[in-house]
Amino acid sequence: MMSNCKSPAGIDRSEKRFTWILTASGAFIVVLLIAIFFTLFITALPAIKKFGLTFLISKSWNATAESFGSLPFLVGTLLTSFLALIIAIPFSISISMFLGEYCKEGAISNFLRSAIEVLAGIPSVIYGLWGIFLLVPLVRSLEMQLGIVPYGVGILTSSLILAIMVIPFSASLGREVISLVPGDLKEAAYSLGATRFEVMKNIVIPYARSGIIAGILLAFGRAIGETMAVTMLIGNSSFLPTSIFSPANTMASVIANQFSEATGIVASSLIYIALVLFLVTTIVNIIGNYVIHKISIEASKEVT
Amino acid sequence: MKNLFSKVRFLTLLFVFLATGFQAFAGDQELLGAGATFPQPLYSKMFDAYYQQYKVKINYQGIGSGGGINQLTKKTVDFGATDAFMTAKELTEAGATVIHIPTCLGAVVVTYNLPGNPKLNFTPDVVADIFLGKITKWNDPKIAAANAGVKLPNLPISVVNRADGSGTNYIFTEYLSKVSSAWKEKIGAGKTANWPAGQIGQKGNPGVAGYVAQTPGAVGYVELIYATQNKMAYGNVKNKAGKFIEPTLKAVSAAANVKMPDDTNVLLTNTDAANGYPISSFTWIIFYKEQNYGGKAKERAEALAKLLLWTVNEGQKYVEPLQYAPLSKEAQSKANKLVRSITFNGVPLLK
Repeated sequence: MMSNCKSPAGIDRSEKRFTWILTASGAFIVVLLIAIFFTLFITALPAIKKFGLTFLISKSWNATAESFGSLPFLVGTLLTSFLALIIAIPFSISISMFLGEYCKEGAISNFLRSAIEVLAGIPSVIYGLWGIFLLVPLVRSLEMQLGIVPYGVGILTSSLILAIMVIPFSASLGREVISLVPGDLKEAAYSLGATRFEVMKNIVIPYARSGIIAGILLAFGRAIGETMAVTMLIGNSSFLPTSIFSPANTMASVIANQFSEATGIVASSLIYIALVLFLVTTIVNIIGNYVIHKISIEASKEVT
Repeated sequence: MKNLFSKVRFLTLLFVFLATGFQAFAGDQELLGAGATFPQPLYSKMFDAYYQQYKVKINYQGIGSGGGINQLTKKTVDFGATDAFMTAKELTEAGATVIHIPTCLGAVVVTYNLPGNPKLNFTPDVVADIFLGKITKWNDPKIAAANAGVKLPNLPISVVNRADGSGTNYIFTEYLSKVSSAWKEKIGAGKTANWPAGQIGQKGNPGVAGYVAQTPGAVGYVELIYATQNKMAYGNVKNKAGKFIEPTLKAVSAAANVKMPDDTNVLLTNTDAANGYPISSFTWIIFYKEQNYGGKAKERAEALAKLLLWTVNEGQKYVEPLQYAPLSKEAQSKANKLVRSITFNGVPLLK
């Protein structure tokens, strides 16, 4: 009797079921992704038909004239996210090196690590509020000293808050990979007379590079999609930004602002923006995977 | 293993049962409404009072005017609520006759942050020019002309608008389109507008109010209720009759003391009313005139009709304590007539 329940490979039925459930869950994710894409595509169809691909390069967002284009928001999203990354990268790499190599154990290390975890868990609306009460006046006084229009809110302010929000993501992944660098490699370098800095520069960083970059890309993905804090700090102006101090709008913030009251072609154009955002995120992820793959091959060549 | 699977199956069944059971329950017992957020505090109070008295539950969701119109057109709610009268296109899309009844009035005030926060007088031109970015300093002679005796500082004006689509935007931009041809041409009227470059937008009344409170020299616009509740400084606006009117509940109600069409499709901005505040508006509840649709029970339609009648009569006593402006006599009689025109299979539901 027992032998009937077993497949030729010797797997019993519960084992099979388990495999089946896992496969189904995996497939479900793919189906979900495709379903999201098609829902966006179908609901955006009126806007796609009306504006076509010029939507991507059109600068006007005029609800009264019903002419819509996503360029200001695309630029706003990419600009704030890149700026945030540029601000965040030095900090997150230093933090990951410090916690992954220089201060691996002990009270300070534990405290810092949990502080970073707390930072990652704070709801974004709190970051937004903090930005309004602290960052906005700071940026405003900076702008007054520079003699430009003191908006206080704008691209720079949002990028600063985004940088703080994304540091935990890249730092904790960076720490993880740096602490995984094999001791043999480092010891070999030390035995050849390398200083600590040289070991970091020539062994640890190249070895951990793909992980560090993965962390940065994760941070970028988070920055692109961030909505609440940015909406509160960016100034929500639907024009192409002229400087990093000017008010702007991101794809996520314009959707958050306008969707609740939107009908007809406005709603459909907003969904078109969501579709663009979806595609941008996908492209960033694909590029990310490619970069990680390529760098990890190079790194393994360099180190070994 | 087998045990686990039967548990899973049981749980799934339980879930399905609960979900469907809950829906059926909710559908039978409650009237469903959705729409404008502006009158939501009032509706919550009214519907709660109505429940205490008549034991009819009303579930109202503040999802925005656009959402309210959408939900009604999709027939997923018994009534919707909106701050702007439905457009001709929206009415066509609704498929059958939709009735609007006004429930109360709201107003939009111009709020600012100046040293000492003096009470300012605004002419329509000045409001339009400030928000068009033509007047850039507080001591501009145009502002000073209407404010003799007020010491205006030499401060740059930072303009902040409502970035999210809202009834407040609609009322404000519609008013300015009426009084300024330059505004009508460049910005227009709508729930979201084509704001001039370089202006800050903030989300919601709190967003605008927060930015104004924080920025010396800032000017913005918020709902009257929001401004009074938060003790913000706001200005008087010159009405069509040439008087500077302080936005009070009385002045807002007075704006509706004008002749209006039977369907109450009237914009109360810049009306002829001598003592009316010029940036006022109705907020409406919307519903289908013929209630026999989508397999709706007659009892349910009757419950709705009774609720609506109550809202524009006894319910009005809840309006003023919550800082909304009550319906004018004219508006109330029109609303009564409209509620009484509601039918089921062509037969009026109320006598």
